[in-house]
Amino acid sequence: MSGEVNGTMLTAQIRKQRHGASSFVLDVSIEVLAGITILFGASGAGKSTLLDCIAGLTRPDEGRILLSGDVLFDSVRAIHIPAPKRRIAYVFQTLALFPHLSAEENVAYGLRNLPEEQRRERVGEILMVFRVEKLRKQRPGEISGGEKQRIALARSLVTEPRALLLDEPLTGLDAELKAAIVDDLRGWNTAKAIPILYVTHNRDEVDALGERVIALDNGRVVTAGAPMEVLNAPRRKKLAQAAGFENLLNATVLDLREADGVMRVKLGESACEIEVPLGYAAAGSSVQVAIRAGDILLATERPRGLSARNVMEGRILSLEQRGTMAIAHVDCGVTFVAHVTPGAVRVLELTAGRCVWLVLKTHSCHLVD
Amino acid sequence: MEALWLSLKLAACVAAILLAIGMPVAYWLAYSTWRGKFLLESVVALPLVLPPTVLGFYALVAMGPRGPLGKLWIALFGHGLAFTFTGLILASVLYSFPFAVQPLIASFEGVDPRLLDASAVLGAGALRTFWRVILPLSLPGVVTAAVLSFAHTLGEFGVVLMVGGNLAGVTRTVSIDIYDHVQSLEYGAANRMALLLLVISFAVLSVVYAVNRRVWTP
Repeated sequence: MSGEVNGTMLTAQIRKQRHGASSFVLDVSIEVLAGITILFGASGAGKSTLLDCIAGLTRPDEGRILLSGDVLFDSVRAIHIPAPKRRIAYVFQTLALFPHLSAEENVAYGLRNLPEEQRRERVGEILMVFRVEKLRKQRPGEISGGEKQRIALARSLVTEPRALLLDEPLTGLDAELKAAIVDDLRGWNTAKAIPILYVTHNRDEVDALGERVIALDNGRVVTAGAPMEVLNAPRRKKLAQAAGFENLLNATVLDLREADGVMRVKLGESACEIEVPLGYAAAGSSVQVAIRAGDILLATERPRGLSARNVMEGRILSLEQRGTMAIAHVDCGVTFVAHVTPGAVRVLELTAGRCVWLVLKTHSCHLVD
Repeated sequence: MEALWLSLKLAACVAAILLAIGMPVAYWLAYSTWRGKFLLESVVALPLVLPPTVLGFYALVAMGPRGPLGKLWIALFGHGLAFTFTGLILASVLYSFPFAVQPLIASFEGVDPRLLDASAVLGAGALRTFWRVILPLSLPGVVTAAVLSFAHTLGEFGVVLMVGGNLAGVTRTVSIDIYDHVQSLEYGAANRMALLLLVISFAVLSVVYAVNRRVWTP
């Protein structure tokens, strides 16, 4: 999906100050090509403000917004195309379906300029694409979550928008349903090839969707690129938490082993020492180490003959079943969170109070600044 | 019965005019971000706290042959405004203004702002958003506004007395009629009219509360 140089592209350089209790400044410059780009960040990072600016619902203090060469906003030339004239579709987190209109009327809302005949045809078509044609006469109050999300998508896309903004449109859906809706969306966009900016703070959605990711933190773009590059090297604490690094530990650097590309750190106030990749830090300085709960192995006996450099003895504090996953809190002087499968819990007979060994690869430990 | 007919006619005219004027005013008060908007809000609420005689007095002065409104009216139509049905409507509109505007503001403000955003990004301008989204979702408020201004006008006394006087068939409304009967010690006639007004007012208010409690929607 790259290389649509002459195709639609959305660029935004925006500065917007939000007044109120905490002064917040959104100051970003982004480029969105045709296809799905994920806008990723913790809540309060400025994602919705950015989308509102692009849609024309909020006026930036300064900057420029261009959509395939057309100026939508330019503070210097005092241009501000109002939202109704931008032809940018926007699916809100709350979906904002009109409660007094049927599904069909909701979808037809943006098509008032078409003759009746054509309008009905287009509405019928898009309801079919999103597989909700049987709900056409129902009102949003009578429709389930996933189907409401499909109707909100249909309502936005039927207008043939020049760009699409999605603000966590699939929150609360199970993975399978989510994947199905995303497939429908992708299918629709293979023909249209418009820029789609998809906001989420869910790590799994990034992996499932992402062609490109823009990570936002505290109103700034932190990194942009392919999902793996952006999210596996969290250089910022907030982003690390948002990206699903359940373990975020304070550590002190003990010594650097430049030849091996590693350094040893002491975790918190404990005696626990681990080896982590070499970072810009001097011996004695403080760093933060981020570790994903899914990257930690549990063993009931001291493992031997492993390539993993970090093996720590600890005790299970608690074990909690959540869906198809068990979450273990393990005390090794500092508390680690580890994810294991229910099968492993059964076979290893893991329970609270049990002594275990944690195994951790050096490169599963990420440094955060 | 002439008095009752006149009262109903007055109340209906006032309610219709108030809906027409009240909606843009309420829209502006609900959505404007102007800092000085509290001033207009206070003006709109004034008739709630002023004695009807104060309002009626100023209305009368304004409409009198030497008042600005009265002069204008004479220049336009060749007759004065005070002690006419039109004058009565004008004064009543002022007097019942908050009863129409307040429920409208409340219901406009109750509409989820994201629905207005959704309407805008779907290409609808402010006017279309108002007709297709705000108004249908504010219907209970609109009914309340219409009925309250109708009922309030039906029962007013002070303003009518000041501005309209007591001309049979022109400005003698039910409340004036009742007062008249009592003054001439015709308690029977006064009682009949009073009871009628009581019943009508009760019925009208029942409609408002039923609508707001959604009694008729399953």
